[in-house]
Amino acid sequence: MLNGAMRGAFLFLLGAATTVLFRRSQAKRTVWQLDPYKCVQCNRCATECVLKPSAVKCVQVYPMCGYCKLCTGYFEPEPVSLDTGAENQLCPTGAIKRRALEDPYYEYTIDEPRCIGCAKCVKGCVLFGNGSFFLQVRHDRCVNCDECAIAIACPAQAFQRVPADKPYLMKDREHQA
Amino acid sequence: MRAKGSSKLQTPNFRATPDPKPLMEGSRFWKLKLFHCFAGVAAGLALLALPLAAHGVERFPPPEFDPGYKMPATTVPAARAELLSYVDVAVLVAALALASYLALMKRSRDGLLALSVFSLLYFGFYQKGCVCAIGSVQDAALAVFNSGYVVPLTTLAFFLLPLVFAAFFGRTFCAAVCPMGAIQDLALLKPVKTPSWLDSALGVLPFVYLGAGILFAATGSAFIICEYDPFVALFRRSGSYGMIALGAAFLIVGIFIGRPYCRFLCPYGALLGLVSRFAKWNVTLSPMDCLHCQICDTACPYGAIADPMLKDPHPNPHRRTRRLIALAALLPLLVVLGGWFGGRLSVPFSRMHATVSLAEQIAAEDAGKPGEPTDASKAFRQTGRPVEELYAEALRVRGGFAIGSRWFGAFVGLVIGATLISVSAPRKQSVYDPDPADCVSCGRCYIHCPKEIVRVKRIAGKNVIPLTPVRGG
Repeated sequence: MLNGAMRGAFLFLLGAATTVLFRRSQAKRTVWQLDPYKCVQCNRCATECVLKPSAVKCVQVYPMCGYCKLCTGYFEPEPVSLDTGAENQLCPTGAIKRRALEDPYYEYTIDEPRCIGCAKCVKGCVLFGNGSFFLQVRHDRCVNCDECAIAIACPAQAFQRVPADKPYLMKDREHQA
Repeated sequence: MRAKGSSKLQTPNFRATPDPKPLMEGSRFWKLKLFHCFAGVAAGLALLALPLAAHGVERFPPPEFDPGYKMPATTVPAARAELLSYVDVAVLVAALALASYLALMKRSRDGLLALSVFSLLYFGFYQKGCVCAIGSVQDAALAVFNSGYVVPLTTLAFFLLPLVFAAFFGRTFCAAVCPMGAIQDLALLKPVKTPSWLDSALGVLPFVYLGAGILFAATGSAFIICEYDPFVALFRRSGSYGMIALGAAFLIVGIFIGRPYCRFLCPYGALLGLVSRFAKWNVTLSPMDCLHCQICDTACPYGAIADPMLKDPHPNPHRRTRRLIALAALLPLLVVLGGWFGGRLSVPFSRMHATVSLAEQIAAEDAGKPGEPTDASKAFRQTGRPVEELYAEALRVRGGFAIGSRWFGAFVGLVIGATLISVSAPRKQSVYDPDPADCVSCGRCYIHCPKEIVRVKRIAGKNVIPLTPVRGG
């Protein structure tokens, strides 16, 4: 008898909680993304994500790229020589592929499985280049935690929720100018 | 491929757009290094004039490409399809219903074992342990206390459905739906009994963890239950060393001690245990004709079989009554003491919140305290937001912690007091039966209880000798 009453009380409470929570819920799915214009390249995306390597990776927006021979996102500040030697590269995992087009142009592509999201190349590209390298949450990897660990750690508060059907916040040339 | 314009653009990589904006502090080092490296090249001159907007400007116009060049497109992998999250909820409902059927009607340990393997594979390895009911407590708390937080409907379902099922069928979610329970159930190879006083003492921890999880979630500081989820790194097959080590430690301990996370930490298990006390149906053995053989007690690795009180073992019932009265008087005292202690902890607790720690950092920097500025403080100063605004927000968060920490402390006091009373209170039952709060409905007792074995064989139409206590030889 007492059990039944307690159970009734509990179900009533649960119903009330459901009503409150239901009002605060939405069916429309959202996912995490970072605003590249707020990003300060602090390296936390590489260290704070619950995944190792991080779900945040560098992307390259080709129309913005200058195809520079001396890419400051690719080379160390003081490279021994301007070639693909590991000691000359900024990327700690060698995740940027460099392909020679007609001199003096080079095409730079991110080898995503290697990228750890450390933003070293982003910093180099933003400081001295066009800023065509930037970080994005990659949704083939992101597990979409309800509370994103990077979002909490992000010093620039660059993380936000975006609609799941438009899950990227890309840079573009127009915005740049 | 041709360069844009004429031949004088042979080094387009250094054709910076001149910009009078001053250089930012941090870049000077780079600039010098680059300058030394490429001194003498026209590039160096261009670099001197490099502008430094925070996110780069188009310093090097892209070349005009030959029609033959195909510019690669930036890949944009889609997020997980929305439909799949509804499939998850459907699978959850089906698994809960099946687990309840297997635990209470079919009474099949094998069935539960098979279902828990499925749940481990689906909710664990396929769904990568997220969304899970355990963590969803925090979403619910945050949504209740913060009107700005929007909780996904599917997360809400994961929070509510196991509780509703527990109100009717007991902890069948723990039995074979929760992947964390399943992995520990499978890891349990050499069960060692823990003394019941230790079980009772450690049984306080899930409530403390629940309170802390709600406190930090409701204030918007952190989801600590997810952060210290021991098995999620294993489910994702990816995670920090700390997470992996925690999971390994729980699994190794779990070989000997049944479900250490479920029994001594799981905050959702604490909730389910509370609800399960009032469940309409629970796992029971055969209370009518219990042989008092104690095989079920030996078989239960979770210490959930409650000893019957055949006769009151307490030497002096009056002393026990006096003790119970004293404990009942102690309870409000513990609650008040807990509340006071919680209030003392509110300031250190509030440092878990990013805004409070940033405000403290900014205040320390402005007061001229030694120490490097952090990334957060640098980023904050770059936004140009007034410091007063930050301080006001930090104070608001602290206000929330001042209240929340007191409630948390009082809650811990209540739990300790209630535990003390419950271990001292006399029990009335006269047969061996699972305790509804502690029993995770794993079904091990079914395959060990001699009466249950006979019953099952009879149902299957097999001839069995009636099982009665045999005296003499």
